[in-house]
Amino acid sequence: MERARSVTKKIGKIEFSLLSPNEIRKMSATKVITADTYDDDGFPIAMGLMDPRLGVIEPGLRCKTCGQRVGKDKCPGHFGHIDLAMPVIHVGLIKTIRNCLRSTCRECGHLLLTDKQREEYFKELKRYNQEGRNTTYLLKQVIKDCVKAEKCTRCGREVGKIELDKPTSLRENGKKLTPSEVREWLEKIPDEALPLLDINKKSARPEWMILTVLPVPSVAVRPSVTLQSGERSEDDLTHKLVDVIRINQRLQENRDAGAPQLIVEDLWELLQYHITTYLDNQTSGIPPARHRSGRPLKTLAQRLKGKEGRFRSNLSGKRVNFSARTVISPDPNLSINELGVPIRMAEELTVPVKVTSHNIDWCKQMIKQKYLGSDDHAEYIPGVNYVVRETDGMRRRIKVTEKNAEDVAEKLEIGSSIERQLMNGDIALFNRQPSLHRMSMMAHRVKVVPDKTFRFNLCVCPPYNADFDGDEMNLHLIQGEEAKAEAEILMKVQENILSPRFGGAIIGGIHDHISGCFLLTHKDRKIPLDDASHILAAINYDGKNFKTFTEDGKKYISGKDVFSTLLPKSLNLEYKAKACFNCDTCQAPNCPHNAYVIVKNGVLKQGIIDENGIGAFKGKILDRIIRDHGMDAGREFIDNFTKLAIASITLFGFTTSIDDEDIPDEAKKQIAEGIGKALKKISGLVKAYEAGELESLPGRSLEETLEMEIMKVTGKTRDMAGEIAGSHLGMDNSAVMMAKSGARGSMLNLSQMSGCVGQQAVRGERISRGYQYRTLPHFKRGDLGASAKGFVASCYKSGLSPTEYFFHSMGGREGLVDTAVRTSRSGYMQRRLINALEDVKVENDGTVRHAGGQIIQFIYGEDGIDPTRSMGGNAVDIDRIISDVKEGV
Amino acid sequence: MATEKKHFNIMNHKLVPFHMIISEKEREELLKKYNIEPNRLPKILDTDPVSIYIGAKPGQILKIIRESHTAKEAVSYRLVVESNK
Ligand SMILES: [Mg+2]
Ligand SMILES: [Zn+2]
Ligand SMILES: [Zn+2]
Ligand SMILES: [Zn+2]
Repeated sequence: MERARSVTKKIGKIEFSLLSPNEIRKMSATKVITADTYDDDGFPIAMGLMDPRLGVIEPGLRCKTCGQRVGKDKCPGHFGHIDLAMPVIHVGLIKTIRNCLRSTCRECGHLLLTDKQREEYFKELKRYNQEGRNTTYLLKQVIKDCVKAEKCTRCGREVGKIELDKPTSLRENGKKLTPSEVREWLEKIPDEALPLLDINKKSARPEWMILTVLPVPSVAVRPSVTLQSGERSEDDLTHKLVDVIRINQRLQENRDAGAPQLIVEDLWELLQYHITTYLDNQTSGIPPARHRSGRPLKTLAQRLKGKEGRFRSNLSGKRVNFSARTVISPDPNLSINELGVPIRMAEELTVPVKVTSHNIDWCKQMIKQKYLGSDDHAEYIPGVNYVVRETDGMRRRIKVTEKNAEDVAEKLEIGSSIERQLMNGDIALFNRQPSLHRMSMMAHRVKVVPDKTFRFNLCVCPPYNADFDGDEMNLHLIQGEEAKAEAEILMKVQENILSPRFGGAIIGGIHDHISGCFLLTHKDRKIPLDDASHILAAINYDGKNFKTFTEDGKKYISGKDVFSTLLPKSLNLEYKAKACFNCDTCQAPNCPHNAYVIVKNGVLKQGIIDENGIGAFKGKILDRIIRDHGMDAGREFIDNFTKLAIASITLFGFTTSIDDEDIPDEAKKQIAEGIGKALKKISGLVKAYEAGELESLPGRSLEETLEMEIMKVTGKTRDMAGEIAGSHLGMDNSAVMMAKSGARGSMLNLSQMSGCVGQQAVRGERISRGYQYRTLPHFKRGDLGASAKGFVASCYKSGLSPTEYFFHSMGGREGLVDTAVRTSRSGYMQRRLINALEDVKVENDGTVRHAGGQIIQFIYGEDGIDPTRSMGGNAVDIDRIISDVKEGV
Repeated sequence: MATEKKHFNIMNHKLVPFHMIISEKEREELLKKYNIEPNRLPKILDTDPVSIYIGAKPGQILKIIRESHTAKEAVSYRLVVESNK
């Protein structure tokens, strides 16, 4: 494959300067005087905006300036110009114009500095430039000193106060300056003064900031499109230029005819408006120019600025080939490294293969096989879409069809290349936006599947932050061998199990995987032998036979032994499971809740396998296997325990429904009593406050004290309700099992459903806004009681009262608004950080430097630790070392 | 104004790491070790309170030793530069 030779040249500097009116005229191919574009026959009008001397866009036509066509020789397009009847201020330069006027004398054009000051500034400027220092601050100081002057030191003219009315109007002592007057003033500024005004005298003159000639960009910049109806639609820039020419013409006619000053001035302002919006249609202070449909026009600045502008949308980011996008759905039977790609996509996406003497037979077979007619219609047969033949530098792409397949295959030569369709085992990059970390784009092995969605293992949801409520994801097919190798080594899912954010697994069991393992391992579960065989068949178990025991004439296997089949023989581990109750006195190895996990020599001796064992983020067993046995073993463990867990949970059955939140009437009564007591306590507090008997807490006002006390009581009330409800929801309850094992939901969710929802808050305080002195018209003015300030005593199951519902919505809304605000703000912050850090890397000598060679850090992170390989951020896992030493490993 | 001792010694504050002007010999070793010109180093202004306190002049290099949770000590260097006032 051909490779562009890298250019090893350095950009010394980039200089921006102004075009002089003469330069604009010199580079102009034609003067533009007519506002019309095409005549009735559809031909461009000479000296109009579509003059053929400005370049051509239709293929076949020849440019009248350079004689070239659009196609191969390519006419680049040529500028034209409009001679303005009166000068106009350039909006983009208004600040510089203002500074020039503020720092110079209107009479003689000299800087408003004393000779001594001037000399000193010039000397200082020279020194700064020699030392290569930034002169911005110094030059700002010049202007500041000039503004202080009251009289010109040369001619003695009183200095007027220059004010800027946004966007383009300047006043001296309150009297408006016309652009002509400004231009005359700027013309007087001598060349010697320019360096102190931050203008390079070699490339610009200040009066060029006032436009007398407007360049007209070529038609290639503003092509017109022909709609299906045959109607021509012009570019926004053309529309704007039409306006400019029209007003310019009227201004000229009126001025020449000696029209009243007022009319001329009005037209002049209008011309200024049109040119201002032509340059930037989002200038503050003036209404944006609109299309007939009401849409604001996209003029010059809008083409470049912002997310949809040229830089961010066409230069920093581009559309690509060999990519695909569709909805995602889960498939628990795929490995975490695999990705199901729909057949219809696979037939469209191709990989180039060079034909060599080694693979020519295979290539021929590939071209033909799709059309040989297989018996099995469900099977996917990859074919070839194109054959690219290269003879004497001429590239010919031949499309392979059913008709010519045989023929093309026979004529295939060594040195050609084929573009073959996607095959099982190809490597592709898979991505979900927003791509917030590097695990948002990982490499997968393709498996071609029927239907129309991408499919992948559920364990890979957390790194992509994906769910299946309609999410779509992108696929990028890898084209080269080097890229393939690189992706395989660095980007495969199994290489990204450990997160560089906290040095733990980010890929691991979720939801049903955890519930499944929980069911398998809790309460000394015994499984009938044939059921166990069923579960083990899911992982193709072919190890040695099990220790079985017989009860009532039936053979059983313990659930823990079934799970142990996944563990490496050398695994020794002890930890607290998620289901741990955090008892006051932990009886560690002999936990009555079976929440202390002990693995000895790869056998699960006791304890429940739950989120702390296999879960993403927290899984201890998972973490240990990856650290001790590597990524391959980690992948195998994940693949196996997902299958095992899914097989178990399907076999045992697992259901949750609203009656999981049922609690006995006795408990309901208890909760109601508790809430009644709390309400009484709160009204007691309010009464004490109103009577002035409440004692304020140190550093708090009386009101704050009352609020804090009430919040304390409401908080306790919800906990009380949760505890009572929780005590009636045992471990045989599916919802509780999920909450305790960490599969989904929390005990707080359950207590809100069956106990009491609790206090609603906005901005961390009880709800206090709404009507005058009260939250809702249902309450008395000044009511400080619990229910008037957002305490929801009901539970979700029994339903909320109308006022409770309203308060609950207020709290809920705050949450939604917060997340919306947070995401946009953190997104912008991340963008700025990425732009600032994108060229920073670790060099061979261990220093962190940016592209310019500046040292950022002397060792990466000032400690040289790769957070991916750290133990939750620590360089060394001391506990592990101690326990290993104790066991004599 | 270089070493005008104030009644409060900023160097004793727990958030201010240890700063030291390095010797000519150490300077040469440093530049050779990283194969760099001095201006490739991180900078510190000559008007920085610490620079003023220890009397660092533009062109000198400061050695800074920070306490680190993971590495115990993290050493870095800064080039003293003249501020734009
Ligand atoms: Mg979603
Ligand atoms: Zn041309
Ligand atoms: Zn003067
Ligand atoms: Zn316990």
